[in-house]
Amino acid sequence: MAGASSALQSKRPIGKATRDAFGRALEALGGDYPDVVVVDADVSNSTRTEWFGKKYPDRFFNIGIAESNLVGVAGGLASCGKTAVISSFAAFITCNAYDQLRMAVAYPGLNVKVVGSHAGVSIGEDGASQMGIEDVSLACSLPGFVVIVPADEASTRAATKALLDYKGPVYLRTGRPDVPKIYPDEPAPFTIGKANLLRDGSDVTIVANGLMVASALDAADELAGSGIEARVLDMHTVKPIDREALLAAARDTGAVVVAEEHLAHGGLGSAVAMAVAEQHAVPIRFVNIGDTFGESGTPEGLLEKYGLTAGRVVEAARQAVSAKKNG
Amino acid sequence: MSENVESLQQRAKAIRVDILRSTTEAGSGHPSSSMSAAEVVTALYFGGFMDYDPKNPHWPDRDRFILSKGHAAPVLYAAMAEAGYFPKEELMTLRKLGSPLEGHPNMVRLGGVEASTGSLGQGLSIGVGHALAARVDKKTYHTYVLTGDGELGQGQIWEAAASAAKYGLDNLTCIVDRNHFQQTGAAEEVLNMDPIDGKFTAFGWQTQVINGNDMHEVVTALKRAREVKGRPTCIVSLTHKGQGMLKLLEKLGDTNYHGKPVKPEDLDAAIAEVEAEAGV
Repeated sequence: MAGASSALQSKRPIGKATRDAFGRALEALGGDYPDVVVVDADVSNSTRTEWFGKKYPDRFFNIGIAESNLVGVAGGLASCGKTAVISSFAAFITCNAYDQLRMAVAYPGLNVKVVGSHAGVSIGEDGASQMGIEDVSLACSLPGFVVIVPADEASTRAATKALLDYKGPVYLRTGRPDVPKIYPDEPAPFTIGKANLLRDGSDVTIVANGLMVASALDAADELAGSGIEARVLDMHTVKPIDREALLAAARDTGAVVVAEEHLAHGGLGSAVAMAVAEQHAVPIRFVNIGDTFGESGTPEGLLEKYGLTAGRVVEAARQAVSAKKNG
Repeated sequence: MSENVESLQQRAKAIRVDILRSTTEAGSGHPSSSMSAAEVVTALYFGGFMDYDPKNPHWPDRDRFILSKGHAAPVLYAAMAEAGYFPKEELMTLRKLGSPLEGHPNMVRLGGVEASTGSLGQGLSIGVGHALAARVDKKTYHTYVLTGDGELGQGQIWEAAASAAKYGLDNLTCIVDRNHFQQTGAAEEVLNMDPIDGKFTAFGWQTQVINGNDMHEVVTALKRAREVKGRPTCIVSLTHKGQGMLKLLEKLGDTNYHGKPVKPEDLDAAIAEVEAEAGV
């Protein structure tokens, strides 16, 4: 039954974690992208940049547990023509080194790829201090940054190639647990700034990213059983947001739900609300962590406790449809 | 371009005058923080320590200078104008709307600026990135970073120092402009970082302590830094904040003089003092 389940309990086949997919993609692409250098702050066996490091030791530097220096070094490498990839836990790299991201990367607009792993409450038992739940908000607040939250392993592979091809600063969010497969085919469709339409529908649009895309699809299945046809958009790029897809969604379906594994403020919900409000205001409902820290627990238990389930998406969709009818 | 000490001293004087004129014209800025570093910056640009091409500021093989103490932008701009990156008249656009000579250096708007700085403590990390890039690319360029002494309170400096030592970056030189003052008072009183050379030595750096307002000592120290193998060099450059206008500052009763331009009515006296500086 989709209603009570978190994304990790979806009936969809489970694939690799997005951090694993990123690590393998970086390793695989290393030969084709000789300008790529990777700098680590002693978490490469968690973020998976160690696989690149083992294959290309001359282009891999572990500078110790020092995120501020990590970002500054990456800025220096990028200003010498390198594509600098840096990765740490999402919480540490965006919160600890925010000013360095601002000064050494965003302000000069350098070609640095910032990969925040272990994002969201789905990291599980390690608890709130390790959970990046405001990382997307912070990354979106860096002028000129592209911000990407991929849904599964195939789209993470595609995103990794896309961000290496893109010239400029990018934040990519990855997660710890294995997640359901959304895209069975290779390569997954992926264009920076262009949402993927996963399912068409005329009654409501569910805009989701990260592991909430699986919950959005499960929710759409359940809604269809009660006669509500939901459109599902994988909004993997939070910035720049796909205004065209959102405008079409608002016009065609008249109601929107935004689902993300992030704080209520400053993430996908804020970006969608701003775009829809400017272009074609319709009722919007939000599924997210709210305005609170997480805690320790199993990933499934935490996703359920913080309302990141297909059931909550269904509920939100019904409210949005109802608001449309009553509005 | 490699000049003798006497010629470098003349350049440093011209650069000090430009610092004074441009900040007084702007009506804001940090002339005293800039003037303390005039010998070091002059020696780097004109003493044969850096290969660069003002017509092609992004030439990949150039030597690099990163001004971590970004508020001393006027000394960087004055040296760059002397070197021919832009006409000297443009110095008078400092801090004005539309000018690439922003209050703190912006690498996007002014070619030849190697890092956008102004948030203290970050330049040495960026210098480590430049030095590592040289190693990856098997290039021989050298990267110089100038920090303040108050700036050493930022922990990132020591993160960068440790990482530079780990990788044995002998293509990196950090110069600490030890002018003894920061915004609210004496550096030793705000947060005592002595011994500065001892700290860098403990991190694995080669260190030298010099009189940074003596061109002979500056040139000798920079030469030595190029000869060190297997480890980065730190030059603790003992200077005076506002060197060149110390008599004026004494008269004004403000030996720190942080973030204040010389008033238009005092400008002639300041310039006269710079030009009368002993030993030149």
